[in-house]
Amino acid sequence: MARLLLHFSVPLRAFDLELTLPVERTVALVGPSGAGKTSVLRVVAGLLRPARGGISLDGVSWNEMQPEERRVGFVFQDYALFPHMSVRANVAYAGPVGDLLERFRIAHLADARPRELSGGERQRVALARALARKPAVLLLDEPLAALDAHTKAEVRSELHELLRELALPTLLVTHDYEDAASLADEVGVLVDGQLRQLAAPAELVARPADAFVASFTGANLLRGRASRGDLTEIVLESGERVFSTDDGDGEVGVVVYPWEISLSRAHTDDSALNVIRGEIGSLVEVGNRVRVRIGPVTAEVTASSAERLGLAGGGVAYATFKATGTRLVPL
Amino acid sequence: MIKRAPVFAAALVALAFLALPIVAIFARLSWESLAHELSSSLVTDALVVSLKTTVVAQVLVLVFGTPAAYVLATHRFRGRSLVITLVELPIVLPPAVAGIGLLAAFGRFGLLHTSLPFTQSAVVLAVVFVSGPLYVRQAIAAFEAVDETLVAASRTLGARPMKTFFRVVVPLARGGLGAGEALAFARGLGEFGATIMFAGSLQGVTQTLPLAVYAEFDVDFHTALALGGLLVLVSAVLLVTLKWLAFSSTSAFRFALSTSS
Repeated sequence: MARLLLHFSVPLRAFDLELTLPVERTVALVGPSGAGKTSVLRVVAGLLRPARGGISLDGVSWNEMQPEERRVGFVFQDYALFPHMSVRANVAYAGPVGDLLERFRIAHLADARPRELSGGERQRVALARALARKPAVLLLDEPLAALDAHTKAEVRSELHELLRELALPTLLVTHDYEDAASLADEVGVLVDGQLRQLAAPAELVARPADAFVASFTGANLLRGRASRGDLTEIVLESGERVFSTDDGDGEVGVVVYPWEISLSRAHTDDSALNVIRGEIGSLVEVGNRVRVRIGPVTAEVTASSAERLGLAGGGVAYATFKATGTRLVPL
Repeated sequence: MIKRAPVFAAALVALAFLALPIVAIFARLSWESLAHELSSSLVTDALVVSLKTTVVAQVLVLVFGTPAAYVLATHRFRGRSLVITLVELPIVLPPAVAGIGLLAAFGRFGLLHTSLPFTQSAVVLAVVFVSGPLYVRQAIAAFEAVDETLVAASRTLGARPMKTFFRVVVPLARGGLGAGEALAFARGLGEFGATIMFAGSLQGVTQTLPLAVYAEFDVDFHTALALGGLLVLVSAVLLVTLKWLAFSSTSAFRFALSTSS
C-alpha cells in the first residue's frame, strides 16, 4: 500500500496551518469550518504552496510538481463539474472513460449536462472523473455535504465500499464527525490549523484528548472542579456533584456520551452514582432514538422509553450515568 | 402623482429625435441609383480598406487583448487598478486626442520615429487603439466571472494551463468575450477622428467607410447617403448580435443559479 506523507507549514489568514500526517488508508480530517481543512487538500493537490515542508508519496517528493503532474483525484465540495460539457466529456477530460460510466451508474446520463443532474448523480460523475485520472491519491472535500439527508445515508455506504475497493491513500475532510467515523480508518481533529488528535474513531470517543475533541465527537461536556479521592469528585458549575473513575485535578471537563445516560421521572437509587436533575428541554427524533435535553446534558433514549416516560409532556426528569461512563479532559 | 400626458409627450419627442436621422437616411436614398452609387470606385475602395483594416485590427485585439485581460483578471498586484484605468482611458479619450497621441508616439518626429503615419498600418493602429480597450474591459469582467474552482479542477485532472485556458476558461467566458468583441468591432468600424489625423483619408489606402462618407458629402450627397445606409445596416446587425450574446450568456447564468440552489 502506498504511503502519502504530509509534513508542511502554510500561513493562512488567521493562523499557520502546520501538519505532520501520514496517510496510508482513509484519513478523515474533521473540524469546524475555517480550521484549514480544505487548505490541506489544496496543498496536497499543488494548488497551494506551503512555506515550509511539503508532500511525498512513497518517499518521492511532490514539491516541485505542478498540479497537473501530481496524480491526485480531487473531488471538490460542490463537485466542480464543467457546466459546458456533457457527463461523458467531463469524465473523458481526465482520461480514458472505459467502464467508469457503467460502474458509477451514470451511463444513461452520458449526454446530460451537469445542471440537469441530482446531487447524488453529480457526486458519482465527480468520482468517475477523479478516477479517470488514474489517481495515486484520493482527495475528497466534504463529499456528503451537498446531499440531502435521504440521499446521504445511501451515498455514504456506497462511498465506504468504493474507498475499501480502491485501497488508495485517501484524505477526506468533513465538518461532520459521524461522516468521518463511518468512512475513515483514522480521524484527525483539526482546529485553527493544528492537529489536536489523530486516532481511530472508536479511540477518539473512548479517549478524547481535549474538551474540543470530546464535544466534536458528540459528547456532553460539563465544566467543574475536580478533587482526588477514591473516585475523582467533580463539583460542577451548577453546584451538583458527579464522580468519575478517571484521574483529574483542578479545572476539568467531564465528558459523557448521550448513550451512557439513562432517564427517569423519579430519583432512583441504583449503582449509577451520578444524577442530574433538570427540566426537559428539546426532543429530537433520530431514527428510532430520541435525543432529549435535560438541564445541561443531552441524553439519547429509545423512542419507546421516551413515550413510556412521557417526555414530550415536559416537566422535570433525572439523568443518571455511571462514574465509569465518564472521561475527564483538561480545559 | 406625476401627470402622465407630459411624460409620454417627452418620451415621444426623445424617441422621434433619435429615430429621425436614421429614418431620414433611408427616406432620402434614391433607390433607383443605389446600385450605381454603391459600385462607384470610391465606395468599393472604402469597403475594401474598411474590411481589411477592421479584420486585421480585430485579430490583433483578440490575440493581444485576450491574454492581457486574462492576466489582469487573475492576478492581484500593486497598481493593478491603475493599469486597468490606463487600459480603459482610450474609451473616454476624445478621438482627436487619440490621433495626436498616435502621431506623437509613431510619427516621423514622434517618440519612436516610424514612417507609419498615413499608411494602411496606421489605420489598423488607430482602430486597435480606440476599439481594443472596449474588448479588454469586457474580457476582464468575463474572466473574473469564471469559477476559480473549475480552473483548479482542470489542473488537478491533468490539464496544463494552456489546455485549461482553451477548454475551460474560454468556453465559460465566451458570452462576455463575444459581446466585448462585437462592441470593439462596431467601434472600430465607425472609427473616424483618430484615423483621419493619424492615417489621413487617401482613397484606396487609408480611406475607410466613415471617412468616405465625410469626403463625399459635399461632392455627391447621394453616394454619401448610400454609404450611410450601408453603415446603418452593418451597425444594426452588430447591435443585434451583441444583444443576443449578452442575452444568451446571462440566461445561461440565470439558469445555472436557479438549478444550483
